[in-house]
Amino acid sequence: MTERKTDIGPPHYGQFLHPVIKANYGKWKYHEIIEPGVLLHVSETGDKIYSVRVGSPRLVSTDFVREACDIADKHSQGYFRFTSRHNMEFFLTDLAQLPALKADLAAKGLPIGGTGHSVTSIVHTQGWVHCHTPAIDASGIVKAVMDDLFEYFGSHELPAQVRLALACCLNMCGAVHCSDIAICGVHRTPPKVLHDKLRHLCEIPTTIASCPTGAIRPHPDKSLKSVIVNEERCMYCGNCYTMCPAMPCFDAEKGGIAILVGGKVSNSKTPPAFSRLAIPWIPNNPPRWPEVVAAIRKILTKYAEGANKWERVGEWIERIGWERFFEVCDIPFTFQHIDDYKFQAYDTYRTSMHFKF
Amino acid sequence: MHKTPLLDQLESGPWPSFVTDLKRAAAKKPQTADLLGLLERSYVDKITHWKHGGIVGVLGYGSGIIGRYTDLPDEFPGCEHFHTIRVNHPSAWMYTTKALRELMDIWDEHGSSVLNMHGSTGDIIFLGTRTEELEPCFAKLTEKGWDLGGSGSAFRSPSCCIGPARCEWAMYDTLEACYELTQEFQFDLHRPSYPYKYKLKLSGCPNDCVAAVARADCSVIGVWKDDIRIDQSAVQAYAGGELKPRGGATKYDKLDIQKDVVELCPTQCMSWDGKTLKINNRECNHCMHCINLMPQALRPGTERGAAFLLGSHAPILEGAQLSWVIVPFMEMEKPFDNLKELMSNIAEWWSEHGKNRERVGELILRLGMRSLLEAIGVEPAPQQVRIPRANPFFFWYQSDFDAEAKGRRYDTRQGFVR
Ligand code: HEM
Ligand code: HEM
Ligand code: SF4
Ligand code: SF4
Ligand code: SF4
Ligand code: SF4
Repeated sequence: MTERKTDIGPPHYGQFLHPVIKANYGKWKYHEIIEPGVLLHVSETGDKIYSVRVGSPRLVSTDFVREACDIADKHSQGYFRFTSRHNMEFFLTDLAQLPALKADLAAKGLPIGGTGHSVTSIVHTQGWVHCHTPAIDASGIVKAVMDDLFEYFGSHELPAQVRLALACCLNMCGAVHCSDIAICGVHRTPPKVLHDKLRHLCEIPTTIASCPTGAIRPHPDKSLKSVIVNEERCMYCGNCYTMCPAMPCFDAEKGGIAILVGGKVSNSKTPPAFSRLAIPWIPNNPPRWPEVVAAIRKILTKYAEGANKWERVGEWIERIGWERFFEVCDIPFTFQHIDDYKFQAYDTYRTSMHFKF
Repeated sequence: MHKTPLLDQLESGPWPSFVTDLKRAAAKKPQTADLLGLLERSYVDKITHWKHGGIVGVLGYGSGIIGRYTDLPDEFPGCEHFHTIRVNHPSAWMYTTKALRELMDIWDEHGSSVLNMHGSTGDIIFLGTRTEELEPCFAKLTEKGWDLGGSGSAFRSPSCCIGPARCEWAMYDTLEACYELTQEFQFDLHRPSYPYKYKLKLSGCPNDCVAAVARADCSVIGVWKDDIRIDQSAVQAYAGGELKPRGGATKYDKLDIQKDVVELCPTQCMSWDGKTLKINNRECNHCMHCINLMPQALRPGTERGAAFLLGSHAPILEGAQLSWVIVPFMEMEKPFDNLKELMSNIAEWWSEHGKNRERVGELILRLGMRSLLEAIGVEPAPQQVRIPRANPFFFWYQSDFDAEAKGRRYDTRQGFVR
């Protein structure tokens, strides 16, 4: 037996750098996007590299990765990378190689795009394929929404870039809370406490402590060794279920999807911002979620019509006002839109006469 | 193979279909066929069929493996165990095909052949294997030079933007910093010993392509201190339409320098007389807008480093937070000892005071920013706040009076010596 290796960390990136990238590391001068999905970076040395950005479903098979490797071996000298938004990028040193690469990508059904003022791949989480707290699936909704917005992936037709993200529960692994348009799975029912299971599966103090709103208390009947939930306080976060599997809070019909809009992370012009609630609930309707797809298209279309040049979704809404946003997008304003969660809430109430009718 | 009439409806349409792809793997692997069957069941029931199960891992590690079991093991025996293995990705997610093929061979041999490229933390996520496959899979991974990523209340695998490898705006070497810090914190990455997760993301400039400000407790974002470099002839070329706005990333074919650049500068520190673009650099807040629009005319300065921000996490529990500026500027030179020390000091303060499952940003809210700054020896600076407080409810300590008596600033309970 060979000695067991631990704590070696990931391989050093140096061995994975395309030769032109290695030679020009830290020497890049400027870039251009010569067509949607095709970036050109020019070095101080005069060297050039073309990066061709390609969409991927993120949830893939080993054969998918091998086929991407085949493409990289043929066109990209055996090097390629993934972006922070789950796209792939292949490298060319000569633009004359682009048509051949395009042909091979088209044959595999892989789309080119995701640069600049486009809708690029949706950052998303696991959903029903692998997680224990989702209200909704992830990959299926992403597929349905990207099918519908496909024209925006391979073009630069929007006033600015629009970044979508999806999280299948309030935990928001995908950190959707700073996206132009965020899709978030929501539960709407408090946990059902399974008293006979709870005593075997869960530690009562940690279960009580897990609840952010303090809704969980020891069961008055001490012999049960269980807990009770003050349902009026519960905001269906599922935290207790994470700590204690005897407290499932799923309801197939009541669970659904919230849409939040107007967040960003870049600092360009305006600071990073949170996404804000646009639609509190849309039914969870697999396999193609038509209501979600339609709601997102509507918001995107109204944004594209109404925004000034360079305005991100949140900047557009900030300029026209939220009251106008709800009007142009035909979204009813509800009690759920008014924040009442903890301290941040009062920051969002209007204190001026600056509003419109 | 199970029948999947609902999932089949996700095979049409122009976006690449994960269903079509997974069916190929399912044809070769019974467990993956069961995965598709189980997923179809969730599409029917509109409920997840995974549960929180028993603790699994590889010897000596407390993280990197996420135990996963289905609640329908009799119908879908291939998913009875379906654990996740997080494989720590290389900086900026760059690969050779040779290395990736080796990884795929390992995963075909020891798992479901299904994976995420990549998870939101950045790791390669191998989705679905049995407990007895974990050790052999781990041995094969390390033999080829790969290791597991973090999970649970551990340091999580750091990630970074493509930075100097292919971006002209990188203000420090994000890839090397990512690698160095990953190596430095190997112990804490594999052995959860913090109150909760501790994440690090590194972006080379304020465009923040890895969303560090929103998605990592520790957010390192590149910035320059001196002047934006201007090529006036290139500015003219943008004004004349020979160069396309934003390098061609838009539908607009010509920049109006006054309207699109100068008037949208958030600090109003630019001016344009039709011939020369001027920037009052002392007033620039490094937002990147003008540079983004004219990448051939404007370049960030050469006095470079990064800001360190702390505390972001998703909404649970205390509501979402973005990271706060703690150190407005730090040099970022290999081996990044200053960053390592800062992050260790923060972790020490947090480990000492934090409650179980309290993120560091939440602890700052509970104990106050002063408590953190004093503990890590960082002085107050106006860059740390957007706006000062609007109330007179602040605290004074004996050390403040002592400092006052000695003619010092009211900096700390110990009093910074100056
Ligand atoms: C027994 C098998 C268990 C498995 C396989 C398991 C798995 C997981 C996984 C995958 C996560 C997410 C970690 C991440 O984001 O990287 C998690 C989080 C968590 N689990 Fe478990 N869990 C188990 C048992 C428990 C038990 C018994 C408790 C509590 C009594 C518990 C409490 C938690 C907590 C508090 C978190 C949040 C910590 C975090 O996200 O870092 N888990 N668990
Ligand atoms: C109670 C709190 C949380 C629990 C129980 C939890 C649980 C989990 C679980 C089970 C997974 C693994 C999913 C899988 O691969 O099967 C996961 C992944 C992840 N979590 Fe969490 N999580 C919690 C909070 C958070 C928060 C607050 C964040 C972000 C700030 C976060 C970020 C992530 C990320 C980035 C991943 C990787 C997702 C991916 O692979 O795409 N989690 N979490
Ligand atoms: S967002 Fe929620 S349901 Fe989705 S993967 Fe994360 S913890 Fe699981
Ligand atoms: S779902 Fe969340 S709010 Fe409701 S009882 Fe559980 S932990 Fe508390
Ligand atoms: S964050 Fe800045 S330096 Fe890094 S890749 Fe994005 S634009 Fe380039
Ligand atoms: S970077 Fe932003 S603040 Fe600075 S000059 Fe350009 S537009 Fe103005």
